Amino acid sequence: MSPAEQLIQTSTERAPRTPSSGFRLRIVGEVNLGDRIFRIVTATFASGAVLTLAAMAIQMTRASALSLKRFGLSYAFTSNWDPVRDAYGALPFVYGTVVSSLLALLIAVPIAIGVAIYLAELAPGFIRRPLGFLVELLAAIPSVVYGLWGIFLLAPWLRDSVQPALAKGLGFLPLFKGVPRGFGMLAGGLILAIMILPTIASVARDVMRAIPNTFREAALALGATRWETVRTAVLPSARSGIASAIVLGLGRALGETMAVTMVIGNRGEISSSLFAPSATMASVIANEYTEASGDLYLSALSELGLLLFAVTIVLNILARLLVSRMGRMPGAGRA
Amino acid sequence: MKNTRNLLVFMTLALGCSGAPTPAEPAEGTPAPSPKEMAAAAPPEAPSNIAIEGAGATFPFPLYSKWVAEYQKIDPRVRINYQSIGSGGGVRQITERTVDFGASDAPMSDEELQKPKGKLLHIPTTLGAVVVSYNLPGIVGLKLSPAVIVSIFSGDIKTWNDRKIKADNADLKLPADPIAVTYRSDGSGTTAVFTQYLSKISPAWNEKVGAGKSVKFPVGLGAKGNEGVAGQLKTTPGSIGYIELAYAKQTGLAYASVKNQAGKFVEPALEGITAAASSVANNMPDDLRMSIVDAPGDAAYPISAFTYVLVYDVQTDATKGKALAEFLWWAVHEGQAQGPALNYATLPPELVARVEQKLHSLTAGGQPLLSAK
Repeated sequence: MSPAEQLIQTSTERAPRTPSSGFRLRIVGEVNLGDRIFRIVTATFASGAVLTLAAMAIQMTRASALSLKRFGLSYAFTSNWDPVRDAYGALPFVYGTVVSSLLALLIAVPIAIGVAIYLAELAPGFIRRPLGFLVELLAAIPSVVYGLWGIFLLAPWLRDSVQPALAKGLGFLPLFKGVPRGFGMLAGGLILAIMILPTIASVARDVMRAIPNTFREAALALGATRWETVRTAVLPSARSGIASAIVLGLGRALGETMAVTMVIGNRGEISSSLFAPSATMASVIANEYTEASGDLYLSALSELGLLLFAVTIVLNILARLLVSRMGRMPGAGRA
Repeated sequence: MKNTRNLLVFMTLALGCSGAPTPAEPAEGTPAPSPKEMAAAAPPEAPSNIAIEGAGATFPFPLYSKWVAEYQKIDPRVRINYQSIGSGGGVRQITERTVDFGASDAPMSDEELQKPKGKLLHIPTTLGAVVVSYNLPGIVGLKLSPAVIVSIFSGDIKTWNDRKIKADNADLKLPADPIAVTYRSDGSGTTAVFTQYLSKISPAWNEKVGAGKSVKFPVGLGAKGNEGVAGQLKTTPGSIGYIELAYAKQTGLAYASVKNQAGKFVEPALEGITAAASSVANNMPDDLRMSIVDAPGDAAYPISAFTYVLVYDVQTDATKGKALAEFLWWAVHEGQAQGPALNYATLPPELVARVEQKLHSLTAGGQPLLSAK
């Protein structure tokens, strides 16, 4: 492994685990007062984030105590959500959240990486800057604007053009069965994909830009084409950074509320069809919390927050495991 | 080392800054009204400003805002701050006494009324209606009977040219398109009123679905807020949904006439809503909590409802309590004139008399807040 490669590895994933800078200071023996204060201040900030997280988890557990006691595990594994009869089963919402987020990743990741490769490797300077800026601007559009766009343009377009075409060509798959309504899982996944694309693209681009030119030069010197350079020199080195970008995008997709609520159809049903309406955990909380009355109802909604927390953690861990697995594969640039 | 010194200097400065307000505080405090000054400016029983906090239903918010602005001209001392956080929030806040009055579209349930320490009164302030809106290009003046509405929202009637719809609309050319039902996905008073209506006219609906701010609709798509439902209706030909009358008028969506208990098709209009309230005013229970869906009378529009302000009968602060009682008195009398322009129906006179009794029963420290008129 070249020193440069080592540097990238350290900066993108090893750094948090080995506090090398502090360690080096101690070896030298000079304990700098400024550094010490700096360390205490930053450590306070860092632990503040952890404490906030812990406080939220405790508070949400406390708020959902009633529902936890009443329904136990069946809360997460049953499908009947009926506030009139005080019956709460959150499975359709877990399904809606997970499927819409994965659908969004499926659509957004290839496009975002393509955008990042173009911006980092191929685009001429005068295009690179304005284009990069525009991509980042996508992230600054408020979600309610995406939602309104979804209601008035995306959903009718899906209903009149895309869904009939999909049903005609691929209608034998259960994914594309049912009445085309526009509003539904497909619209939700698409809008999420557009919303997470800039996050993934801009982080992935920055990671690729950070790879030293010596890598590219080495590949080119061996006779690699532009594409081969990207594939053998850039992408393997940027792998863990790109993975972080994807995890960031996934996080945004899981928690997104407003835009999804406006297009997903808000029906607590599990369906194999992407045309069918669905609902996500975040959208149900946003929809029902303000007007909820009754202790058990409020408690069940709080538990939905807790469950979203758990699902987010599990998905993040799975994503990280997947990445480290891929990193260990032979020829993955890390060996 | 130089860095350290800079940092130390910076820290000292920062500490100095954060410490500074201590000596400065008295200086800052002086302009605030000292007891002496206040006594000089106004008599003690009428301080210069009375701040009243209210929170709750979003439905009457435009009217309440108008009232607050108008009342400011009549009694400039009174500052009313109304936050439209939703009926559920209004009930929670008045229960915990974090506001001076709450507001709710649906009356509080018996269970909810157990919680607050003290007796909460329901004061009806205005009337609204829920309309059944639809998107059928070229078709206006759709008529719907209760049985047809229930069948559509239950998913039993699936196409627009169904025999049962045609029966009441012989003059209309209804298409063979499928019906796309849209409902409110967020908890709302609108849903509560509409499902109360469906439950009242159909035992089967009451049994299977029931009434509430959020219910499990048998068919259709959910949209968030009146604006979400209106958006789905506008972009989806063949759709049907329910929204507030004011919202339907603003967005220009078509809405149906509904057959009332007397067998007449009534278009949702302000007179029809007031008529619905008027027809039940004499049968109202003492606490004024009453649903007026499916009201009797030829002119009554059947999907109408009150919206309420919630106040404690014993007010803790006499000055505030008096100001609040006077404001509510004004709202149910002179204030009613502001309603129609904003698509709120006026309270019928029979009911205003009942509300007057309620307002006279408000007390603070054992004294009634309103002088007997």
